[in-house]
Amino acid sequence: MTLSTDALDRFVDRSSPIHALDARVKFLLTIGFVLALAFMPFGEWAAMAIMAALLWGIVAWSQVGLLTIIKRAFVALPFALVAVSLLFSRPGEPLFSLALGPLTLTATTAGLVAFISVVLKSWLSVQAALTLVATTHFIDLIQALRALRLPAVLVALLAFAYRYLFVLIEEAQRMLRARAVRSAVLPGQRSGGGIGWRAAVVGQMVGTLFLRSYERSERIYVAMLSRGYTGEFRTIVRRSLTAGEEGILAIGLALLASITFLAVMF
Amino acid sequence: MMSAFLEQIAVGLHIPDGFLSVPVSIAWWVLTIASVAIAVRRTSGALHERQIPLMGVMAAFIFAAQMLNFPVLGGTSGHLLGGALAALLLGPWAGILVMTVVLALQALLFQDGGLLAMGANIFNMGVATALVGYGMGMPLLRVFGGRPWGLALVGFVVAWASVMAAAVLTSIQLVLSGVPAAIVFPLMLFVHTFIGIGEGLITLAALSFVITTRPDIVSSLAAVVGPEGLQRRVGGGTIGTVTLVGMAFAIGAALISPFASGDPDGLERVAEDQGFLERAQDAPFNILPDYTIPGIDGGLSTILAGVIGLLIVFALIYGISQMLRARAEAAER
Repeated sequence: MTLSTDALDRFVDRSSPIHALDARVKFLLTIGFVLALAFMPFGEWAAMAIMAALLWGIVAWSQVGLLTIIKRAFVALPFALVAVSLLFSRPGEPLFSLALGPLTLTATTAGLVAFISVVLKSWLSVQAALTLVATTHFIDLIQALRALRLPAVLVALLAFAYRYLFVLIEEAQRMLRARAVRSAVLPGQRSGGGIGWRAAVVGQMVGTLFLRSYERSERIYVAMLSRGYTGEFRTIVRRSLTAGEEGILAIGLALLASITFLAVMF
Repeated sequence: MMSAFLEQIAVGLHIPDGFLSVPVSIAWWVLTIASVAIAVRRTSGALHERQIPLMGVMAAFIFAAQMLNFPVLGGTSGHLLGGALAALLLGPWAGILVMTVVLALQALLFQDGGLLAMGANIFNMGVATALVGYGMGMPLLRVFGGRPWGLALVGFVVAWASVMAAAVLTSIQLVLSGVPAAIVFPLMLFVHTFIGIGEGLITLAALSFVITTRPDIVSSLAAVVGPEGLQRRVGGGTIGTVTLVGMAFAIGAALISPFASGDPDGLERVAEDQGFLERAQDAPFNILPDYTIPGIDGGLSTILAGVIGLLIVFALIYGISQMLRARAEAAER
């Protein structure tokens, strides 16, 4: 499992101006940042540097720790393997050639520029998303999505899934531990059956987890009924954004838009 | 390190931000929003208030089930994507919603997949896998469900196909965003041919386990499988056989795929012949140099080819299953 289940929760309760900023503003600014990066043409190093400086400034201000964010951002790196193919995709000055059977691949400087640009964009985008999550309570984020007109059903589902995610992850981890305990291996000997047998075991674990989850959801539903659930979710009415928050949002988006505009035009 | 690398690229399928061009991201956001809207409407009719705790917990279940893995070869491990399984256990629309929530959580909480790319990721791994899983699975089960090996075969094939569909869609999106097709298609399809085997095996074992243990929960599925199909749980033996058949099938497909999309790549050849590539390279206007409309023209043929291919597969399966059912009914009389 490459996915880390340690969800940066320990940074969420620190106090900084970034933490205090409304989740809606932070969410929209993050989307704006990622969108601006996506619009950025390849090889605009100056603009990329400005974007990075902007983001890192905010990270430093947020007390989360630049190094943490930068290190975590490498989760998206394996996908860069796909971007390697960009090396060979552009016409231009050749760098080196690779012969693969009937296929000769020629890497070009333009291809290299495209490759580095895509990897940088991806890396910075992940850092922006990480900063958002590290400075915002997930429930606030979900409520922000509701305020931004995500259907109520999906908001409720997201909140539910988030609530039980860690419960079920622990259930899954207990099952994995139980399997490990029962799967002793003598050194130098093959363990267990073939792939088919192993897959059958995992499939039955998945099936068991499904049944346990299903039964848990029934218990939850009954518990909700007993507390007066009628099919409707009530949340505290959200206040609208203050003039100051709107100002921050407007300035942030304008800044991102102008960086992109300048990068595209010049 | 390398195996972890391959594993992530292979199983992940989660496209990070930075890889998809803006038009491609937006186009798939539109498709995803439309699909999810339909799914919300279809599910809110049935079992409305009950459905929310059920589907919320089910999303957490899929998330957790993806952690259950088994060692395959050389340090890589197989685990579940879950779209086909969710659709078969919960129905297609609930399946889509559950997978949407899973993928949204993965992107928002764990940066597994980008924010802008989330539309594409939800469509590939949520909508497409659920539709392939249910759309192929139910007709096939109506035909083969009664046989002792029916559930195993259908569960495997459908789950394998759902992973391939996701891989094909991901490749299409990457190609439309400027990644060369000659590399992406063979790489993605080759790797996922094998990843799909793991998905198929886990799905069939899980389905068999749930149906034999609690047929009441999955009543529509149990009805299709019927009493004969339910007589025994699929064990290691059946799964071993299916593995061998599946491996042979997959290796065959993998051997063919380079010819199908190798050098000179068919679609690029078409694009070249049509002059798309040249136009894409020096576009007359330079406002969005890498997202030029000519590029989309060239890519449109890619999408069309993919869609036509999927339609042909669907039509074949549907036709065969109808034919077999008619024959079975005739035999009963």
